[in-house]
Amino acid sequence: MTVRLRMTNVQKSFGATRALRSVSFEVGAGEVHALIGENGAGKSTLMKVLSGACRPEAGQIELDGEPFVPANPLHARHCGIAMIYQELNLAPHLSVEENILLGEEPATFGWLNRSRRRQMARSALAELHHENIPLDVPVGTRTVAEKQVVEIARALIGEAKVLLMDEPTSSLTQVDTENLFAVIRRLRDRGVSIVYISHFLEECQRICDRYTVLRDGESVGTGVMATASLNEIIRRMVGREIKEIYPRTPRQAGEAILELRNVAGELKPRSVNLSLREGEILGIAGLVGAGRTEALRVCFGLDRLKSGSVFVYANEQTHATPGRRLADGIGLLSENRKEEGLLLNRSVADNLTMTRYGALARWGFISQGRQRQAAASCISRLDVRAQGPGQPVNELSGGNQQKVALGRLLHHEAKILLLDEPTRGIDVGSKVQIYKLMAELAAQGKAIIFVSSYLPELLGVCDTIGVMCRGVLSAIRPAAQWTEHSIITAAIGQGENGLNMVRA
Amino acid sequence: MGRIIRMGSPANSFRFASILNTAGPFLGLLFVVGLFALSADLRPHFFSGANFKIILIQTVIVAIGALGMTLIIISGGIDLSVGSVVALASVLGATSLKQGYAPATVIVFVVCAGGLIGLLNGAIIAGLRMMPFIVTLGMMGVARGTAKWLSGSQTVNAPETAINSMMARMEPTQLFPLPPGVWITVGLALFMSLVMRQTIFGRYVFAIGSNEATARLCGIRVPLFKVLIYTLAGLFFGLSGLMQLSRLTQGDPTVAIGLELDIIAAVVIGGASLNGGTGSILGSMIGALIMAVLRNGTNQMGWPTYMQEIIIGAVIILAVGLDRLRQARARVS
Repeated sequence: MTVRLRMTNVQKSFGATRALRSVSFEVGAGEVHALIGENGAGKSTLMKVLSGACRPEAGQIELDGEPFVPANPLHARHCGIAMIYQELNLAPHLSVEENILLGEEPATFGWLNRSRRRQMARSALAELHHENIPLDVPVGTRTVAEKQVVEIARALIGEAKVLLMDEPTSSLTQVDTENLFAVIRRLRDRGVSIVYISHFLEECQRICDRYTVLRDGESVGTGVMATASLNEIIRRMVGREIKEIYPRTPRQAGEAILELRNVAGELKPRSVNLSLREGEILGIAGLVGAGRTEALRVCFGLDRLKSGSVFVYANEQTHATPGRRLADGIGLLSENRKEEGLLLNRSVADNLTMTRYGALARWGFISQGRQRQAAASCISRLDVRAQGPGQPVNELSGGNQQKVALGRLLHHEAKILLLDEPTRGIDVGSKVQIYKLMAELAAQGKAIIFVSSYLPELLGVCDTIGVMCRGVLSAIRPAAQWTEHSIITAAIGQGENGLNMVRA
Repeated sequence: MGRIIRMGSPANSFRFASILNTAGPFLGLLFVVGLFALSADLRPHFFSGANFKIILIQTVIVAIGALGMTLIIISGGIDLSVGSVVALASVLGATSLKQGYAPATVIVFVVCAGGLIGLLNGAIIAGLRMMPFIVTLGMMGVARGTAKWLSGSQTVNAPETAINSMMARMEPTQLFPLPPGVWITVGLALFMSLVMRQTIFGRYVFAIGSNEATARLCGIRVPLFKVLIYTLAGLFFGLSGLMQLSRLTQGDPTVAIGLELDIIAAVVIGGASLNGGTGSILGSMIGALIMAVLRNGTNQMGWPTYMQEIIIGAVIILAVGLDRLRQARARVS
């Protein structure tokens, strides 16, 4: 086997975060290579480095034996590296043909050559055995699977030697997945190297020749897929030591105050059943895209609830607006504090108090003094490092911004807190403060749903845990009955025995 | 150690930036006034109470419009129909005066007509989730056409009433007494400034413009507030139309073409961002004054109209460009 792409000791940091500590792996010509790892293990960063979106700080990359440093995505593409992103990268209003040839249009002095164009697009699709896709319709009207084929056809036009595929099956049906695998095999037989990223190990086993496991930015193992056991791969994925301390408080679970029965949204989630009691921290684990965020949004009234029912304090309140939910003492912390969680150019005080201005106002006029006082008490309780209540939130660090977003729920005196990835992307010190706060709140009888992708914190903080896979929430069990291994197994859709695949 | 030093520096720049933020447009105004002081010929004419009175009166229509536009732009929207609404309001006012309605009735009627168009704009924008640019662009045509239709495409001469005195230049040789229109503008500006800073409504307007997703997350009924914002702004545009009627003493369906652009320029010079979330009433008022001073000054210098247009256009770009630079510097430090 000739080596097509070789990475040695590649490193990359973003600020203080070391996204890639040391990654080494190689892909042969005509090989399908699985890149496996948990959320945040460094897979996306690795793809960015390869596709030229960011430059590594150290290490070597070789392409066909030559040193290769992609300066930008266009350069990488010209060198034969094509990237197929999870959220496809097509111009929806342009036709199939125009999308396939985008950036590679055959032309003489800037004038497009019509018949040549048509022939190129057609032959690219034919090579993938998808001649049936019409060339003249806008890409936006085609199915996800067809869009993916269009994107792969585009890579073929560019004479791609290495194809990077990020979670290509995450939004495909079973049949489309089979078709995609047929396409991948055809490409492989042509000598194209494919780096295949997927959370679904069973798929990797079927389509990939070899695998490399990434954990915390390091490549921790590589092997031949056919001889590897799933258990062995999973052990390599999670094998990290637990360093953080998870404070526990004495607390007793009381009455059920929030109940979801068979709740489903437009696309996700497909079925959520849970019962949350006072003084309980309920963890929801699962892979990115499993529908955890959507489950919280549907429950909070931000997304439409399609079927099922919601009970708050044993009263049925299935359909509600976010305003109604807030009035009932339910608060949501968004996973995306920059795009949804905070008013970035407004003050800390406004961000903390905006859901309950009414309590600080008379005749619609807000009392500045009372607002500053309320904000100051939140700031000191959460230890927010800010200049004062008047400072705009975008001048704070990530951890402090997160504390402000969380502080809003405290000021609101929410009884039920829906926390979506509350510790994502913040420093360890702030993380521990947030764990402490959650434990305190639970001890006061408040109920918390804690969505997280980081298993040690889920196991350390939660009383009970459920796992979400492809839009379905598993049975909820006490945290003591879960291990990282069993959570991952459930999250990637393997049954208890580690072999049966649950799939739509 | 490192933390303390890092904590210290944004604090100073924050205070510095916030002073610049409020003072920026004001310094701009002083600068523009100072420019015209350079010419020795102009100075005695330009720096007279009589001329300042003219400038203030000329500012009123744009300033009242800017009150509404500030509200809309802070909420992340835009309204292109203002010029047409002003024309329609002036025609409606003149026609109803001609038919013998009492001036007080006419005032209420004209202001409410503006509010109704705003309500319509807001309902379409919020209800059908359409872009404000498109909806108000359409309304610009609808209102202008309606004004021409009602007036038969002719100016409507209104009988002499109390309304005319709202913008009249009594005692033209001295600054005081100022006509009621100026005092109304000042009073409304103070009131709106208070509303934007101190009330829940004002905070919600900022919240929606700053980040609509967050506003929704925090339980704010975004569609309702959008309707309220456009309606309230429409009332101001109606009042602006009344001032137009008072100044010309006639209803003219072809008046105030492009007025919305002057108003938007005033709001933007005053520190608002078309992305929403920032802006102030005080800034917009100063922005409106800057535009009027420029127009008045270049007039007095005897420069041709095309020169005025070039200068005002350049000032808009300069003012907003400086603002960007200042913000970029604040972000870095």
